Amino acid sequence: MRQAVFRRPEIGDDNEMLRARLHAIWETAPGLKGWLGTVDHKEIGIRYIITAFVLLALGGIEALVIRLQLAGPDLHLLTPEQYNEFFSTHGMTMIFLYASPILSGFSNYLWPLLLGSRDMAFPRMNAFSYWVFLGSAIFLYSGFLVGAGPNDGWFNYVPFAEKDYNPGFNQDFYSLGMIFLGISTTVGAANFIVTAFKTRAPGMSINRIPIMIWGTLTASAANLVVVPAVSLAFFLLWMDRQFGTDFFQPAGGGQPLLWQHLFWIFGHPWVYAIVLPAMGMVSDGLPVFCRRPLVGHSLVALATVSVMILGFGVWVHHMFATGLPGLSLSFFSGASIIITFPSAVTVFAWIATIWLGRPVITTAFLYFASMILLFVIGGVSGFMTASVPVDWQLTDTYFVVAHIHYVLIGINVFPVVGATYFWFPKMTGKLMDERLGRWGFWTMFAGFNIGFLPMHLTGLLGMPRRIWTYPAGMGWSTLNLVTTLGSFLFAVGILIFFFNVIKSLRSGAPAGANPWGGSSLEWSVSSPPPPYNFAVIPTVASRHPLWEEALDESVARTSLTRGMTLDQGKEALHTSPMDAEPERIVATPEDNVAPFLLTVAMMVLFYGMLLKLWIVIGLGGLGCFAALLMWLWPRRNLLERAPPDRKEPVHG
Amino acid sequence: MSGATPLGYLSSAGSRAATIVPLTWYVLIVSILVCVIIGALVWIGVRRSHSSGGAAETSAAAVARNGNGIRWIWIGVVLTAIPLAIALVWTVGALASVAGSPRRPDLLLDVTAHQWWWEVKYHGDTPSDTFATANEIHIPVGRKVLVRLHGGDVIHSFWVPKLTGKTDAIPGQENATWLEAAGPGIYRGQCTEYCGLEHAKMGFEVIAQPAAAFERWRTAQLQTAPPPATPAQARGLALVQFRCGMCHAVRGTTAASHYGPDLTHLMSRRKIAAATLPNNPGALSGWIQNPQATKPGALMPDQHLSGQQLADLRAYLETLK
Ligand code: HEM
Ligand SMILES: [Cu+2]
Repeated sequence: MRQAVFRRPEIGDDNEMLRARLHAIWETAPGLKGWLGTVDHKEIGIRYIITAFVLLALGGIEALVIRLQLAGPDLHLLTPEQYNEFFSTHGMTMIFLYASPILSGFSNYLWPLLLGSRDMAFPRMNAFSYWVFLGSAIFLYSGFLVGAGPNDGWFNYVPFAEKDYNPGFNQDFYSLGMIFLGISTTVGAANFIVTAFKTRAPGMSINRIPIMIWGTLTASAANLVVVPAVSLAFFLLWMDRQFGTDFFQPAGGGQPLLWQHLFWIFGHPWVYAIVLPAMGMVSDGLPVFCRRPLVGHSLVALATVSVMILGFGVWVHHMFATGLPGLSLSFFSGASIIITFPSAVTVFAWIATIWLGRPVITTAFLYFASMILLFVIGGVSGFMTASVPVDWQLTDTYFVVAHIHYVLIGINVFPVVGATYFWFPKMTGKLMDERLGRWGFWTMFAGFNIGFLPMHLTGLLGMPRRIWTYPAGMGWSTLNLVTTLGSFLFAVGILIFFFNVIKSLRSGAPAGANPWGGSSLEWSVSSPPPPYNFAVIPTVASRHPLWEEALDESVARTSLTRGMTLDQGKEALHTSPMDAEPERIVATPEDNVAPFLLTVAMMVLFYGMLLKLWIVIGLGGLGCFAALLMWLWPRRNLLERAPPDRKEPVHG
Repeated sequence: MSGATPLGYLSSAGSRAATIVPLTWYVLIVSILVCVIIGALVWIGVRRSHSSGGAAETSAAAVARNGNGIRWIWIGVVLTAIPLAIALVWTVGALASVAGSPRRPDLLLDVTAHQWWWEVKYHGDTPSDTFATANEIHIPVGRKVLVRLHGGDVIHSFWVPKLTGKTDAIPGQENATWLEAAGPGIYRGQCTEYCGLEHAKMGFEVIAQPAAAFERWRTAQLQTAPPPATPAQARGLALVQFRCGMCHAVRGTTAASHYGPDLTHLMSRRKIAAATLPNNPGALSGWIQNPQATKPGALMPDQHLSGQQLADLRAYLETLK
């Protein structure tokens, strides 16, 4: 690494003068330039979270409209065009623009704090991944607003998505938007991986990192492998549509199933990418309220990694009805059933933690504990669809719609709302209202189950998914009405949650540094944390730095008040991947508007490609080039550091 | 025989679906039990707790350690393994018994799925024994029927829950499934792969008849359309050939396009518009005048016929028994 500077780090004590100096170094500049240029992971994390919640609300409104249309037989609230655009946009929004980004948001905010570091490994790339996420969300939604949102479902099967059958701009918005979004995901994933392996505080060896890190780390590794597959698929589709190539068109020798393989090779691991980090939140949050460490910490970490690895081998279970040979079906069926084991490890670890601890029932705890049940319900319906012959009946009915919502809402939304109650005090310095929290929780829990549990039955009674209307007399009408009522109740629960966030921001009780008596490093700094996170880099001696006193596991104690100060500029410590031995001090970049400008130029480029206007494409390309130049321009502050003391790595 | 059975699949009406029903019940019951047990464990575990409260209380409560609990995980995983192993073995077994297609089927059909209707071709021993219908599949009871599936435009999926699970109809590729009805009846089928605007209204019916009745039906279907007997019918035929023939075929006339359903024996079918409307004169006229009213987006254009033309047309269509 070019900017690396080898020198013996100063060891010092946490004190006011040090804090003032660090503050001056790390604070984001005021005004627009600071706002557009900030590279602070906390700022970026919060933006991610807010943006994703806004998209959750949009996707939720779409869902409610869908549910109104399905409330009774033969309703005509929406035309089939509108219905198809609504359910496709709903799926796209929830999966790509809410479920995954919200977890990136929490991880962005929390990782450096959990790891005892000053920022992510690549702060400018971090800012860039947020801007690209926002840009692609705007791009995708601009299609919906002009009546050309995706209309082929979120998995977008060809040949229906080809121009012959789908001539509008709908699929072009979707294809290009997904390629654009893929850039954000890829950049973010690379950043998480390097951050996990290089920026941990000294002493935080690989067996001491929190489960949430494992969750996001494995998810990121998976993304790096599979996002290229789906970006490629969307690129080929765009070529088919624009230039008449025949990748997916059977008439020209193309293969419709190629799309499905490329899509699900990505799509299935993606499902784990949106649940593993959320499971990590529960694994780290639940024990705090149980007042004991997570049972089987290493097993759970191992389970997380194994789910991801097995997760690569199950994509065909989305394609059981496509006429693949029986032997390969048996194989994928087996793999899909076996993936239950690591999940069972995690579930029993949570239950044991509750039973062997002394739970304190807070709102956050209610969300985390209820997630266990919802996880199991979503899991067993997945196990049912893993059995090929059974899946031939279940697939593409409302049973599967019930399944994905237990997975997505039960295992993603519930933990995320719980995590908000849990970490809101850290982010804002204020506690959220517990009474309102209970109301919100029970409304959400009741609404969700009233809405989605009966959907399993609707599915068993044969209601196909993605139908804009259905006739009376099929036995589905009452169930659908109940589902619609339940989903509105669920939406009320979400509203109470949003309301609580706003109310608590205004008038929440002060939280203090560690309101829940948490055990990990983020609770050792003030709430909200200072721009530099840690005045001195902590030296970690156990898995639960803040519980060492009570647990009395080890003789060595984590040091939070004396350690490396790194106060000679904006700098961070890099440590070794396994044992977290200090290796080098690196300069981290100042705020910079280049990531923002690059994103704007890329948006121009993508709109140009959409409209096939070469001049706009050219302008966008030039813009990208200029922004990249600005980004990469050698900077004095990155080069000119204190002269090296010695040439080899230091050991703190 | 009255209305078709709805689409539930927890009971079956034929051997292929029947193999799967017990397995379905097994995984369903195991799943429900697992949820109840885990739910109870969580609930009781939480209820044992002593404190409920906010921030202050959490930090006050002691960090306890009692027992490392790894036993919980092992017991849990072993208990999970047993029903899973059974499910896996059963699955592979059931798959082996239903997956392959019958070697010597009693009847061979080619079903092509189109946006948004089904073309059904019956193979006989000779080419002249072969004919096509649409949206209604007749099969003899107790016989194994092999269905070869083709995608006419986009991907669709063939599903008759009481008789067989889903198999996709994919353009450029041939998939197969088979049916065997245990008794006479009308079984509803439905497209289950999202295929565009009218995916919702892409149904069909499978009518299982005793072998003799099936043969009678088949013989009748092989006939070409009768010549018009009245002037009105003759004018109707002219309209069919001139207008409808751009997309439809009526065997024995010059209408011979296969873009839309074959109409030769239209009136013998129970339903029209892919099992969306009953086949009665009112529904038929309504459909012809304005297909988009029932199926917005349907690929059949409005015909805008005058009252007289419609009457002629119906006079002719009613002879297509
Ligand atoms: C009030 C809350 C929600 C309601 C009432 C709801 C309702 C629905 C309904 C009825 C469908 C099926 C549409 C159809 O098949 O025609 C659907 C599909 C879907 N939903 Fe939701 N949903 C809600 C929240 C969510 C959330 C929070 C997520 C993800 C985090 C989500 C992800 C999806 C996905 C991925 C699909 C599949 C789209 C497709 O079939 O292509 N939903 N939703
Ligand atoms: Cu279809």
